[in-house]
Amino acid sequence: MNDQEFVRFVEVQKTFDGETLVVKDLSFSMRKGEFLTLLGPSGSGKTTTLLMLAGFERPTGGDIHLDGQPLSRVPSHKRDLGMVFQDYALFPHMNVFENVAFPLGIRKLPKTEIGTKVASVLEIVKLAGFEDRRPNQLSGGQQQRVALARALVFGPRLVLMDEPLGALDKQLREQMQLEIKHIQEDLGITVVYVTHDQQEALTMSDRIAVFNEGRVYQLDTPDELYENPRNSFVAQFIGENNRLSGAVSGLTGELCEVELDGGGRVKALPVNVGEVGSRTQLSVRPERVAIDGDVREDANRLDARIEELIYQGDTTRVRLRLACGVDDFVVKLTNTRRQELHPVGAPVSVVFSAEDCRALDEP
Amino acid sequence: MNDAIAQGGPTGFETTYLKRQLKRVEREKKLVAFGLMLPALLYMVANFVVPVGVILFKSVDDRGVSTVLHRTSAAIADWAGGELPDESVYAALVADLKKSEPARTTHIAAKRLNSAKTGYQALLKQTARRVSKMDAIAPGAAKETLLGIDKRWADSAYWATIKRTANPVTPVYLLSAVDLTLNEGGDIVRSPEYMRVYNKVWVRTFWMSTIITLLCLAMGYPVAYEMAHARPRVANVMIVLVLVPFWTSLLVRTTAWVVLLQNEGVLNDFGLWAGWWAERVQLIHNRFGVYVAMSHILLPFMVLPLYAIMRRIPPDYMRAAKSLGANPLAAFLKVYVPLTRHGVGAGALFVFILAAGFYVTPELVGGSRDQMISYFIAFYADETLNWGAAAALSALLLLLTAAMFFLMNVLFGINKMKMQ
Repeated sequence: MNDQEFVRFVEVQKTFDGETLVVKDLSFSMRKGEFLTLLGPSGSGKTTTLLMLAGFERPTGGDIHLDGQPLSRVPSHKRDLGMVFQDYALFPHMNVFENVAFPLGIRKLPKTEIGTKVASVLEIVKLAGFEDRRPNQLSGGQQQRVALARALVFGPRLVLMDEPLGALDKQLREQMQLEIKHIQEDLGITVVYVTHDQQEALTMSDRIAVFNEGRVYQLDTPDELYENPRNSFVAQFIGENNRLSGAVSGLTGELCEVELDGGGRVKALPVNVGEVGSRTQLSVRPERVAIDGDVREDANRLDARIEELIYQGDTTRVRLRLACGVDDFVVKLTNTRRQELHPVGAPVSVVFSAEDCRALDEP
Repeated sequence: MNDAIAQGGPTGFETTYLKRQLKRVEREKKLVAFGLMLPALLYMVANFVVPVGVILFKSVDDRGVSTVLHRTSAAIADWAGGELPDESVYAALVADLKKSEPARTTHIAAKRLNSAKTGYQALLKQTARRVSKMDAIAPGAAKETLLGIDKRWADSAYWATIKRTANPVTPVYLLSAVDLTLNEGGDIVRSPEYMRVYNKVWVRTFWMSTIITLLCLAMGYPVAYEMAHARPRVANVMIVLVLVPFWTSLLVRTTAWVVLLQNEGVLNDFGLWAGWWAERVQLIHNRFGVYVAMSHILLPFMVLPLYAIMRRIPPDYMRAAKSLGANPLAAFLKVYVPLTRHGVGAGALFVFILAAGFYVTPELVGGSRDQMISYFIAFYADETLNWGAAAALSALLLLLTAAMFFLMNVLFGINKMKMQ
């Protein structure tokens, strides 16, 4: 049908108790071949959304379309979706071959075809030769590969993954992120991926839907989400963020002026603010701030004092107290051998341009 | 500073030292564990190992003749049969009877000999009485004396009986528990027609236990499934409902079924009133009644292990199966049921073993053709005081139970039913 709207959520709602909505009027679409991540804190509705797409939960309102076909009356076993679970859900009474062959056997494929398909998919996930192992004889990473192979082997229209790397240690997780991403790109499969790990989402996704309290707060490419968050939740959730509260005191062309709560004025980019006088929260990325830097014409300059220096190898995080009272303002400095840092307690000024200071909604 | 840098693994000397240290710590742990288990262990030995051992011993114990007539038993061992035994055997019997009569133990041997050859009781008792009244018998005159008391001592068949029963260990009880016996020549043969009862009862015990196990499985599986998948509060209520029968006396539960099922009982009255049947139906004192009552009583033993297993099956397995294209029935049969295999095995084993040993319920709600092997064990233990027969049946029942355990273990891998 329409490859741009391969999956389409139309005002989907879900409530479990008839009182609170776990998913509120969810509408978005994704294109064929896209890697879309549902990212959000636990309880934000991202897993419920995935389960509704898989057919394990029924929406209490709205509808989901797959390839132009409404899914509300299609049971999960007829949706033709491959799913990978957090705890892999490999059938413990079957060996690797039988696990991967399961969806093919269900579809009553001839034995020889099953053999070749299983062999080729095990090749893809680098597990050729493991056919006779039982799941409990495999490491976590290997089990995850088997689960992936099982979800891919029957050529599903869509592959769903529910925190598939959550049980792995950090190093293996990062390696698997790239592997899954490469397999997805090579095979051109469409993936809906759920995670609460923003780094994972940024690494793997074509686009990310940031969930909070049952809503999508922003659906965008990773760089857009980081560089141009459209609300303070996304700014805070993705990457590190400095928050400054204040009220809009003037709107001049493309910039606005904000009166900070503890005193002081800054110029900012009005992204998500109301009239003059309305409340706002400013968002400034720690790496976009300089200490005692050159002051350009339109830059903001605030007086501050160094509270703490935290050495982190490639960078040093400097925590400062601003004149306006904020004491958790962080600046990230890239470490070079020759730089000299101000000592704790030194009075300095922090400098950032108006474009790097986004005036967002007050949460 | 350098001390903090690891210098590689421990040396050989250090490893032996480490192993010794480890052993010392482990030994203390083992001692504590043993100490904690000791009371239960002693209790087990006193109340389980010893009685079972005694029962097993009783099933082959045949010391009646060999202790009372121990000189005769020793002397007759060399006798080949056929002709009459020589003088020394007669002399030994006389000596034995002279001792046993004042000690009042003659009847023990007499009873045992009588069970092998009718008429022996009177013969031995009478001979003993006469012998004990005589003065010392001249050497070489024992045979003559006994033949004078009773002519039957000239019949070698009576001596053959002593020889046959002189062994302190006998397979006769165990043989008769499977409708076999020894003939006069000591060969294993089938019991006489009128005594062949047990094989039928063994088959019946096995068959009824199997049916009851299947009934419990058919009823228990859905219950356990619902319990395992209900919300926690509902599940708790269901567990209590399953356990309530546990907390009620077996006798009460059985008699409740009598009240319900008897001819003038609740169910019959209701059936008549509702027009289900025209005249009263026999619902009790037959096989039907036994199946109903016993599968009810044993149901918790099926439900609880199944529930324990099912609760630990994450919902993701079924979801995975469905997402891979299996319809709900296929997912259930190919994924869920195999995962409950250990629970099915454990539950079936519990129910089967308990059913095979059931006594009270078949006795109260069954007819005479519905009695299982325990009925006969109780019969011999309580009424005829034939400990040998009761013990032999018990020993075989124990064997059947053990065989069942190994069978189930092979089929279902019960020892894999570990708690995670």
